[in-house]
Amino acid sequence: MSIAALSTQGLDKRFGSLVVASDINLVIPHGVRYALIGPNGAGKTTLINLITGMLRPDAGKILLGDADITAFKPDARVKRGLVRTFQINALFPHLNALEAVTLAVCERRGVAGEWWKPLRAHADAVEEAYGILASLMLAADCYRLTRELAYGQQRLLEIALALATRPKVLLLDEPAAGVPREESAELFAAIAGLSQDITVLFIEHDMDLVFRFASRIIVMVGGRILVEGTPQEIAGDARVREVYLGGDAP
Amino acid sequence: MGTRWHPIEYAFWASTLLPFLLFPNHLVLASQIAITALFALSLDLILGYAGIVSLGHAAFFGLGAYTAGIISKYGYGEPLIGLLVGPAVAGLAGYASSFIIARFRHLTLIMITMGLGFLLLEAANSAEWLTGGSDGLQGIRIGPILGRLRFDLWGYTAYAYSLTVLFLVFLVARRLINSPFGLALTGIRENPMRMPAIGAPSRSHIRTIYTISAIVAGIAGTVLAQTTSTVSLGVLDFQRSAEVVIILVLGGAGRLYGGLVGAIIFMVARDQFSGIAPQYWYFWIGALLVTVVMLLPNGILGGLAALTASWRGKAS
Repeated sequence: MSIAALSTQGLDKRFGSLVVASDINLVIPHGVRYALIGPNGAGKTTLINLITGMLRPDAGKILLGDADITAFKPDARVKRGLVRTFQINALFPHLNALEAVTLAVCERRGVAGEWWKPLRAHADAVEEAYGILASLMLAADCYRLTRELAYGQQRLLEIALALATRPKVLLLDEPAAGVPREESAELFAAIAGLSQDITVLFIEHDMDLVFRFASRIIVMVGGRILVEGTPQEIAGDARVREVYLGGDAP
Repeated sequence: MGTRWHPIEYAFWASTLLPFLLFPNHLVLASQIAITALFALSLDLILGYAGIVSLGHAAFFGLGAYTAGIISKYGYGEPLIGLLVGPAVAGLAGYASSFIIARFRHLTLIMITMGLGFLLLEAANSAEWLTGGSDGLQGIRIGPILGRLRFDLWGYTAYAYSLTVLFLVFLVARRLINSPFGLALTGIRENPMRMPAIGAPSRSHIRTIYTISAIVAGIAGTVLAQTTSTVSLGVLDFQRSAEVVIILVLGGAGRLYGGLVGAIIFMVARDQFSGIAPQYWYFWIGALLVTVVMLLPNGILGGLAALTASWRGKAS
């Protein structure tokens, strides 16, 4: 293993006196499935916001591969392969699923600024988008407006949009949030089926899913990383049990 | 993603030729409608597609009009030259202001565009040496098109010219809307917060479309100056900025034809109502606006589309 896919060094963020991230040091190797867990308010989404550039850290560094991306804007990070999804659907309500994913494909290919060429001229972009939707079982509904899709399908579309950018590192913020339990396993099966070239870090509250689909787990509490390890190590960790699993675990 | 022409579109454009046959006494009005439609089309590109609200779009209309008028005083009265220079000046101003525009949304944007409009209006008002101030621009000399086609009193040339320009710009706009860029604009309108997360440089997209929109507004202003041989401060007026929003909302924003249909309805209504009671005609526009917005939130075209969709649904 050479360089980590994603790493952070001493990330700090506070809002006034509230510390939301404190001395976050992560080293995430290529191709690993990471789960990020912790009680509500532990700073999990904040960490994703920091890593993807939606928030600026007060101190610390973020590296993608060996490149320091701390000063990059969110869209520039996406261009380099650092991509996220959102806990609350952030979609394009009046675009159909195929249009939305085609848009993301066009942006990745750098052709979305072309206003003199018809979209037809980029039929391969549309095909690629269709392929992504098909891989997430959305092909049959690809002409339906996003807002008319079932909630679970919208969650899948979130992931489809992220995949269209060809991520190297994919950060999934509660991908199964709001999805009925029986469907969320399906959704995670789709995530597990992603190419092994993609490094995945997901936030999830359902411990069954976490232990089934993560090869490593990071536990956050109060803006700090409490412990990191394999599922077995985390399951056997007394501190984790105390602050998290023993408390308000679902 | 259909780019093919609908039969209704052919019918619409064919019917724009009817005034030559049916209303030869109203060609001046028809020309004004075409110019207003072009102006509304320019607003549709930013408001209807990218969701960028402006209450100061007359700035670019006025820049086009003043530029075309002023250069005609100095011997560049050939309309096609004006048609290059006027929109170019408007486009430059649009590009310069787009750096501010791209950073804001909603109410802030309304205030900024309105403020920029006021700035330009008062600048034109005080620069009497250049614009003639409140007396209007004097000494405009518009030549015949290509040295041959003179603008006549009856408005034959004016309407033919305005309509041709409108149609050509419409073709470009239609192409733009059906391009990957058009899709990106819709993405900005639908969810500007998500765009960076799919790697989209939204601000650069906004700068591009704002500049294009300013150019189109400049074309509309240029054609008005050329077909009427007058330019007054009215071209920069707040009322013009507000009216074009009304026109677009009436017709239906984000539909390319909305501004065109809105312009026809608004201008014909103004012509008719102001004949009855000139000082009160805004009463009827107010009534029309409230009714349409309450009953048809997507404008008249949006209402028609919903109607045909439900009719088709029943038929099948």
